[in-house]
Amino acid sequence: MPFYRSHVLVCVDPECLAKGAHDVVDAFQDELVAQGLLDEIQVLETSRIGGCSNGPEMMVYPEGVHYVGMTADDVPFLVEEHFLKGRIVEKFREVAKVVVDEELGPLRPKEVRVVLRNCGEIDPMNIEDYLAVDGYQALGKVIGEMTPEQVIDEVTKSGLRGRGGAGFPAGRKWGLTRQVPGDIKYMVCNADEGDPGAFMNRRVLEGDPHSVIEGMIIGAYAVGASYGYIYCRAEYPLAVETLNVAIAQAREFGFLGNNILGTDFNFDLEVRVGAGAFVCGEETALMASIMGQRGEPRPRPPFPSVKGVWGKPSNNNNVETYANVPQIILKGANWYASMGTERSKGTKTFAVGGNVAKPGLIEVPMGITLREIIFDVAGGIKDGRQYKAVQTGGPMGGCLTAEHLDLPLDYEALAEAGSMMGSGGLVVMDETSCMVDIARFFMDFTQAESCGKCTPCRVGTRRILELLQKICDGKGERGDIEKLEDLCHEVAKNSLCGLGQGAPNPVLSTLKHFRHEYEAHVYEKRCPAKVCRPLIRFEIEQSCTGCMVCARNCPVEAISGERRQIHHIDVNKCIRCGICVQVCNFNAVSVSS
Amino acid sequence: MPAIKSLEELKRVREEALAKKQLKATPGNVQVIVAMGTCGIAAGARDTMKSVLNFIEAENLSGVTVTQTGCMGMCEQEPIIQVVMGDQPKVTYGKVNAEVAAQIMKQHVQGGSPLKDHVLPI
Repeated sequence: MPFYRSHVLVCVDPECLAKGAHDVVDAFQDELVAQGLLDEIQVLETSRIGGCSNGPEMMVYPEGVHYVGMTADDVPFLVEEHFLKGRIVEKFREVAKVVVDEELGPLRPKEVRVVLRNCGEIDPMNIEDYLAVDGYQALGKVIGEMTPEQVIDEVTKSGLRGRGGAGFPAGRKWGLTRQVPGDIKYMVCNADEGDPGAFMNRRVLEGDPHSVIEGMIIGAYAVGASYGYIYCRAEYPLAVETLNVAIAQAREFGFLGNNILGTDFNFDLEVRVGAGAFVCGEETALMASIMGQRGEPRPRPPFPSVKGVWGKPSNNNNVETYANVPQIILKGANWYASMGTERSKGTKTFAVGGNVAKPGLIEVPMGITLREIIFDVAGGIKDGRQYKAVQTGGPMGGCLTAEHLDLPLDYEALAEAGSMMGSGGLVVMDETSCMVDIARFFMDFTQAESCGKCTPCRVGTRRILELLQKICDGKGERGDIEKLEDLCHEVAKNSLCGLGQGAPNPVLSTLKHFRHEYEAHVYEKRCPAKVCRPLIRFEIEQSCTGCMVCARNCPVEAISGERRQIHHIDVNKCIRCGICVQVCNFNAVSVSS
Repeated sequence: MPAIKSLEELKRVREEALAKKQLKATPGNVQVIVAMGTCGIAAGARDTMKSVLNFIEAENLSGVTVTQTGCMGMCEQEPIIQVVMGDQPKVTYGKVNAEVAAQIMKQHVQGGSPLKDHVLPI
């Protein structure tokens, strides 16, 4: 492989193309030949550097300089200055600017921070910062004043439930693990956060690792465990590093190790790093992986509280569950239980993404409505479009529609509506999203992540995906929707673990609420949201001015027409990439289905 | 630090940590806090941090503590830094690349007037 001293990445997104990105690339190649730099500098085409509005834009590595707004004529000067003389050309350099937003702030309206209270406030690498905000005081209270049973009672009374998504009461789980006889018990923390677009746990692990560690030590005291594992995914290298630093500091201060705080209570902890399998978020697969076995689930019972890591009773909770514990101990169960609904207490973190104005990480009290989360906390739908649906619970959750907007955030309420709380991914969709396509996207993910141990999940998810693909391709036949529905019920009923049992949820919930979209695809060969490419058509309307921009940018030369004459798209050549729509300055290209 | 062996010691350690924290927020002292979560680092927080440290070294500034913190929940605005001048309220800046960081150090930390263009109003 040839070695280049510098790489130039030129953005070729439609917007930059329309502004002459290809001319810039060509000019660059010519100039490199002229200057004899062809062996030293490589020009590559890329997309989405982030400055298309000032395009054409390019990124120069290894310096990481972002240039915008140059034309082909500027290229010789740029090459001479930057690559021959080694001087950055300030004239074209993109300087970061902040869009001042009145409502944006660390605490958005209606947010309540319990788990995230220290994130972004303290130095995670310094235990003293955590100590200064009452860190490890809950541990002191537990060891000094409470019996293990009292701790379990307090957590039970607080109403804290498993924040990994299933919502099993944390206090009851601790009680179960405590009751099982045995000298050796383990604490396990599930930090294998894998839902697409969800990174609530990462923020806690990186920003406030000691709250998780303290929660685990308190839990260990309650259930009688002497050793613990934090199972963190390998894709979070910074979280692993932060945790290891925090564990070392906790040991140094005597919060971990033998004779904690001068008592005869011993507990220590280590981080185990996953190997990239989504299914390892399932507790039995996770424990197998901790023991060095293949990350595959096994049937329950026996539950981990009876037979977990190394065959011993093990208590498994999620990062967020543990991070809640110190606050519950310090401020009391009644304080925690005062937030939320009758069955779901406290707060929940969410990663809000999709078509909202202010995506990001939030923490809201239980009982808040989806409407408040989407329209108040996340700023509503982007670009003034119409809200269509929200996917909660990640790839195993379900879609909720406009009629569910006033549903309170509550484990049971979400389950009754056909979705689930999940670990906290929240994807908001507007009218430009095709629900069949969304279902296909999530099924594509779960199918790829199926571990293959049980047949319903291994074969079933594959067959569901094929059917969805067929429908999106416009090849759906009469009976396919019913077949899809049957298959989904079978896979959900017969799969071994939560992955297979939950995988059909996005399909079933979209079938329930948006069946008409499936029917339009199958019977009318139409995609109402105009997303599925084989089912849409591009046409140039009368408002075309004949500027030729679309014709120049069409990658397959499907557009013809004279200057100042209305252009025409050859349907047979068109690959429906949509570039013509994006580059047209007169909104003259229409999409129909 | 020897291991804490009693609850009294735990209380004392907390008081000490709190005192240290409060000392940082007294007139004459400046805290510069760089958000160094995965989101911040991906957006270039390491360069921002380097630029802050280089400035302090080059100008031989004293009384400035530079610390890091995690994600503040506004990943879109990273790299984010916060400046606390003595006991005054925190000023949060967004999209702070190395140059902007140097500018903030010069104008705000040295000169005392915040850089309006980059302040996130909170």
